[in-house]
Amino acid sequence: MTIDQLDIKANEIRQDIIKMLVEAGSGHSAGSLGMADVFTAMYFAVLHHKPKNPDWEHRDRLVLSNGHICPVLYATMAHAGYFSRTELKTLRKLGSRLQGHPHRGTLPGIESTSGPLGSGLAQAVGMALAAKMDQARWQVYCLLSDGEQDAGNNWEAVMMAGKYRLSKLTAIMDRNNIQIDGVTEDVMPLEPVKKKYEAFNWHVIDIDGHNIQMIINATNQARATQDRPTLIIAHTTPGKGVDFMEDDYRWHGSPPGKVETERAPDKAEQAKVALRELRTLQGKIKSEHQ
Amino acid sequence: MANLNPKLYSKDVEQVPIRNGYGEGLVAAGELSDQVVALCADLTESTRTQAFAEKFPERFIQVGVAEQNLATVASGLAAAGKIPFVTSYATFSPGRNWEQIRTTICYNDQPVKVIGSHAGISVGPDGATHQALEDMAIMRALPNMVVMAPCDHLEAKKATLAALEYAGPVYIRLAREATPVVTTGKTQFKIGEAVEFNPGSDLTIIACGPLVYEAMQAAKQLKAKKISAQVLNMATVKPLDEKAVLSAAKQTGAIVTVEEHQVTGGLGGAVAEFLTQHQPVPQEFIGVRDRFGESGEPAELLEKFGLKAKHIIEASLKVIRRKRQLNVVSKIDKKKVSRPNKRSSRKKK
Repeated sequence: MTIDQLDIKANEIRQDIIKMLVEAGSGHSAGSLGMADVFTAMYFAVLHHKPKNPDWEHRDRLVLSNGHICPVLYATMAHAGYFSRTELKTLRKLGSRLQGHPHRGTLPGIESTSGPLGSGLAQAVGMALAAKMDQARWQVYCLLSDGEQDAGNNWEAVMMAGKYRLSKLTAIMDRNNIQIDGVTEDVMPLEPVKKKYEAFNWHVIDIDGHNIQMIINATNQARATQDRPTLIIAHTTPGKGVDFMEDDYRWHGSPPGKVETERAPDKAEQAKVALRELRTLQGKIKSEHQ
Repeated sequence: MANLNPKLYSKDVEQVPIRNGYGEGLVAAGELSDQVVALCADLTESTRTQAFAEKFPERFIQVGVAEQNLATVASGLAAAGKIPFVTSYATFSPGRNWEQIRTTICYNDQPVKVIGSHAGISVGPDGATHQALEDMAIMRALPNMVVMAPCDHLEAKKATLAALEYAGPVYIRLAREATPVVTTGKTQFKIGEAVEFNPGSDLTIIACGPLVYEAMQAAKQLKAKKISAQVLNMATVKPLDEKAVLSAAKQTGAIVTVEEHQVTGGLGGAVAEFLTQHQPVPQEFIGVRDRFGESGEPAELLEKFGLKAKHIIEASLKVIRRKRQLNVVSKIDKKKVSRPNKRSSRKKK
C-alpha cells in the first residue's frame, strides 16, 4: 500500500471506531481515534503477521498495554482480515469476542489481556527475553499510553529491558498529553520523558504520530538498532480526524467552537469541556471519566 | 497405607525446610524441560532458586526487587512458550503483585508457577511484615489458579514437578523453617487429591502445610484418649478434593481444619464453603484469627497463636462435643416432628 492508501485506510478505521463506539454506547474515543494512524501503519506496513493464521509462530508480537483503546485495535484487525467488520458492532455486548478491554483467548490475534495500566511493557519484555533465548527472528512491539507512565510496573520493565539490551523490543508511546483526570503534566509530570528512557539505556525517537511515513521509518530504525530497545514517542492529537475537533486542535490552544465550549469562562475550562465532548462523542456514548 | 515416614512419631524425626524441596524440584523440572525458566526478585538463595541459577544460568532471570515485574515478565515469557517459575516471599508475591497475577497470569491463562516462600507465622523473627497469612485466600479467589501447600520438603518437590506437568497457573506456598519430614518418596501425590494419613471414625482433621505434622501428633494423642481421628493431608487447597471432604463429613460427622494461615479464606474456608452446601457438620478452625503475626522463635509463635498439636486436640474434643449435642438435639427434633403426625392420624380415626 502507498502512504496515500494507508492514510485513507486510517480514516476508514476512524469511521468504524466511531460507529462501533456509538453502537456500544460506551468506551474510549480519544486515544482510539488518536492512534488510528499508528495502528494502520503497524498492521498494514510494519508487522510480519498472518491474519488468517493468528498463532503463526514466527509472527511479530504486538502487545497493546493501554487496553482501553481497543476499539482502534479491533477495527484495525478487522480491516486487516482477522475477522469480519460486521463483528465490530458487537463491541462490549454480552457474548462478544470484542470485550470492553481485550482478552487473550477470547479473540484470536490478541497477544495479551490488558486494561489495568502499566503492565504491558513488562509482558513485552518477557516475550523479547524469550525471543532472545530462542534466537527467534520476530520483533515485539508494545503500544503504551503516556498516562500509564505513572505506574511503577512500567518503569520496572523499562529498567529490565535496558539491563538485557532487548533490541527486539520496540515500544510506541501515544503521547497525547491527556489522561482521565486531566493533562499528564498536571496529574503527574512525565517530562523529560525522552531523557528518562535514554537514561535507562533505551534508544528514543520522537515522531509525529499521524505521519505514517514517519511511523514506518521509525520502526525501521528501531529494527536496525541492535544493542538496545527503542522507544518511539508518537505525538498524537486525541480525537484526531473528528470534524468537530478540527485537525489542528491543541489542548492548551484553541478548543473547537462548539456552543458549550464558547460559553466556558476560561481556556482551561474550555479544554475540559472540549475533552468531555470528545470523550462522549458529543453525548452519544458514556466516557471513561463518568 | 500412606507410606509415611516411619520416624514420624519419634523424637529424632528429620527436620528439613519445605523450601528445599522446591529447590530440588526446580532443578529436576529444568532437567525435564528446556522450556522451564526461573525468575527471582533478589531472593535467589533464600527461596532456593540458587541451584537452578547455577545449573542453568541461561534460563535464570534476575528481576530485582520488583515483584510486579516478576509476575508480568513471566506472563510474557509464558506467552512465548516458556514455563516460568517465579519466586519471592509470599507477602510480596503473590502479595504485592496480586493484580498482575490476576490479569496477566490467571485471566490470560498463562502457565506461570508462582512460588511464595516464607509463608506462615513460622517465618519467626522477621515479624509480621514477612509472615504471609493471607496468600492462600487471595490466590484461591482467582479463577484458573491451582493452590498447593505441601506438608514437607518431599511433598514440595512433588508439587513442583506436578506444577510443571499442569498446563495452567499454579501457586505453591512454602515455609522457611526446618520442619519434620512427614512423608516418604513413596507417599502418593496428585494435584487435587487428598491423602488419608491416618484412618479414624470420630472426627476428621483436614490439614495442609507443615501443620500436618501437628495434626498427626494430635491424632496419636487423641488415640490415647480413645478418640479415633482421621487425618487428611489436603496438599491442594484449590481445587478442593470435594469427594474426600464429603466422604469424611458423612463418615465422621465432625471436622477440624488446620492451617498456618488466616482462618478466613484458606483451607478452613474452602472446606466450610463446600460442606455448608452439601453435608453441614460441626467444624472447628485451627489458624490465625484475624490478626497479624509478630517476631519470635517459630515454636513460640506456633504456641502463642494456637497452632500446636494440643490446640488441635482441644478443637477436636470441642467439635466432638458439638457433634454429640447436635445428635441429641436432632433426636429431640425428630420426636417433636413426629407428635403432630400422630395427632393428625388419631383425628382421622
